[in-house]
Amino acid sequence: MAVIVSIPTILRTHTGGKKSVEAAGETLAQVIDDLETNHGGLKQRLVKEGALHRFVNVYVNDEDVRFAGGLEAAVKDGDTVTILPAVAGG
Amino acid sequence: MLVIRRDLVDAMVAHARRDHPDEACGIIAGPEGSDRPERFVAMDNAERSPTFYRFDSMEQLRVHREMERNDEETVVVYHSHTATEPYPSRTDISYASEPNAHYVLISTRDPEQHELRSYRIVDGVVTEEPVEVVESYMFAHTGADDTPDCP
Repeated sequence: MAVIVSIPTILRTHTGGKKSVEAAGETLAQVIDDLETNHGGLKQRLVKEGALHRFVNVYVNDEDVRFAGGLEAAVKDGDTVTILPAVAGG
Repeated sequence: MLVIRRDLVDAMVAHARRDHPDEACGIIAGPEGSDRPERFVAMDNAERSPTFYRFDSMEQLRVHREMERNDEETVVVYHSHTATEPYPSRTDISYASEPNAHYVLISTRDPEQHELRSYRIVDGVVTEEPVEVVESYMFAHTGADDTPDCP
């Protein structure tokens, strides 16, 4: 199961500058674990205490996974996972 | 330094005034690598709050895709402070994730006179930068008006 993961500028230090990388998994959590094996350090930027970090938005295709099961969101072959930094402040 | 067209400054200020007393937010996109703000995109503040802002995640994805298609990047990230000075708050700093972007803050605390400032925020360190407002990018950086560019 291969998915394309689109990486934001701020996290490209973990992917050798690549804008997108391939990963495998049937859920977002598995995709992130697979990313971590090839691009060490990514996981802790995405996950905190077993949930998605509040500093990032993650989408499977056009859906924000916060409204679609979070880390348990289903991912299938050919899907695109897009990671964007959350833009927020006070 | 942020060099920015006057109509884009006016658009940010108008958005901040329109949403006052809630915070307003948005971006200005520009060609990749140009550092030149060109396309103004007002975003919804999903928090609708006078003290917080957050880009609506679905709108942010749509804008991200548009920018990818156009070979653009985020040159300016702006938001307003409606009761305090235009200086990045601790929350602003913790979320800042675009080391190449200019973070513009607009204060609307004074109903007559807005305040606008620009910052770089890199690894949690805030550096204010000068803002040069120009009528057109074509004539920016051609030197002072009293010094002819060509002999």
